[in-house]
Amino acid sequence: MEQLLHDLILSPAWHFTAARGLTLILIVMTIAGYSVLLERKASAWIQGRVGPNRTMHPLIGWIPFIGTFLAKGGFIQPAADGGKFLFKEDALPGHVRKFYYVLAPIIALAPALAVLVMLPFGEFLYEGKRYAISLTQGADVGVLFMFAVSSLGVYGIALAGWSANSKFPFLGAVRGAAQLISYELAMGLSVLTIFLATSVPGEDHGLSLVAMVNAQSGAWNILTQPIAALVFLICVFAETNRHPFDMPESETDLVGGFHTEYGAFKFGIFFVAEYSHMIIGSTLFILMFLGGWHVLPWMPTVGEGWIGSLIGVATFFLKLCFFLFFFVWVRWTLPRFRYDQVMRIGWRVLLPIAVLNLLAYFAWYAIRG
Amino acid sequence: MAIKVVERRPLTLAERTYLPQILAGLKVTWDNMVRPSVTLQYPEERPTIPKNYRGVPTLIMDPNGREKCVSCQLCEFVCPPKAIRITPGEISEDATNAHVEKAPKEFEINMLRCIYCGLCQEVCPEEAIFLQSQYSLTGLTRESMVNNKVKLYELGGTLPDGHHKWDKKKEEAEKQAGGHH
Repeated sequence: MEQLLHDLILSPAWHFTAARGLTLILIVMTIAGYSVLLERKASAWIQGRVGPNRTMHPLIGWIPFIGTFLAKGGFIQPAADGGKFLFKEDALPGHVRKFYYVLAPIIALAPALAVLVMLPFGEFLYEGKRYAISLTQGADVGVLFMFAVSSLGVYGIALAGWSANSKFPFLGAVRGAAQLISYELAMGLSVLTIFLATSVPGEDHGLSLVAMVNAQSGAWNILTQPIAALVFLICVFAETNRHPFDMPESETDLVGGFHTEYGAFKFGIFFVAEYSHMIIGSTLFILMFLGGWHVLPWMPTVGEGWIGSLIGVATFFLKLCFFLFFFVWVRWTLPRFRYDQVMRIGWRVLLPIAVLNLLAYFAWYAIRG
Repeated sequence: MAIKVVERRPLTLAERTYLPQILAGLKVTWDNMVRPSVTLQYPEERPTIPKNYRGVPTLIMDPNGREKCVSCQLCEFVCPPKAIRITPGEISEDATNAHVEKAPKEFEINMLRCIYCGLCQEVCPEEAIFLQSQYSLTGLTRESMVNNKVKLYELGGTLPDGHHKWDKKKEEAEKQAGGHH
């Protein structure tokens, strides 16, 4: 078992590498699809409705109990949604800049998938050494890479808004870009305090996500640095363009925002990209503040060997599920901020708080030595 | 009246952070989420129709199974969208309700025109036409949306009736027949 795990995760053979990459993409795409289902179900529950409960494949629906359960839970719905997007007429409006119009969804999705390269979501022991379960072992620039690349997703939005050549997408794109710039600052500053806490002088993996998680084997960062966690959380909401910060989309004032002119599978890709960004944002928060794959504060692992690492991965996914639910929960609770309010919160509230927080931790570490 | 000055309290710091409000809102939505849903699963579950519901207009029979409509055509004339068309006819001598009145030979209500206003029910002197609980009427052709007499009686059925009009007519007719010597 351990040898197999080792091969699956560490073997440099090309087929293992390809399998790893494909598996991860498959998993994330599946989670993205099912978080759409979660969105629909949770919003229905919050509003006293039932949500998708009839979609069924005749072959599966024939199975007693399981078929009914799958139908009631809407588990076939993501496939039906995807199929619908796939088979719809892919209309290309006459007034768009065609090359960029087609390029935009790809640019929106690609960074979200590229970020997965750096994503660790577990750990296992092999011959006395600890390895992260990730596509890239021990990349020191994990955090930096994730921040840099995941922010590129806004280029997709900007490009979509510009190439669509009509006013609502344009406004949405401008808002999206402005919002990203405003919140990236506070986000980076709030993360700096985590670097202060985790990077020990003399060690050379200060920016590695694995090191960050391992530094939380005692208290989680959310307990020691609640203000940074709060600022980061709000910024994640803003960066992923989720309610109450969904300025680029804002259906009520911008029709559909940046994807007004999009339909069929191109719109579907934007949709998946949004949920992939949610997944990335959640994993970042989990890795940096919620102890990653550690089960509980002061209780990093349960079980030994591969069972322990399996429980760790399961913990990570549970946390991820909770976070995706939290995104949905907040969306169906809060109304959208006005655009000027978004800017005010970003620049006049979160940024000063993040700076002061950072200075306070600077001072504290300086005094403590 | 004395003027009462309502104090406009400035927001506290907690309120200005907006966070307690967000948490309260999250609690509200959570409570809603764990509450059972109010959805009626329509084709399987049907709503309860109130007694005075104005559904599809129907023709009814009296408790003895005789048709009550005497084809006076008041409903046809009052019908605002002109959805009703009646062809008056005679009642044959040996019918159980053959005494004085007429009966419709054909009675058609075009449900593509009907606006469910209920004026036909209101105007009917014989209490023969009623808008009942049928609320879902569909068809695949225009012809199938025109309810003919058979369909109307099928939909209407029998309603309780205290008048016993035809019994009284019969009694009267027999009395008059007996009076002629």
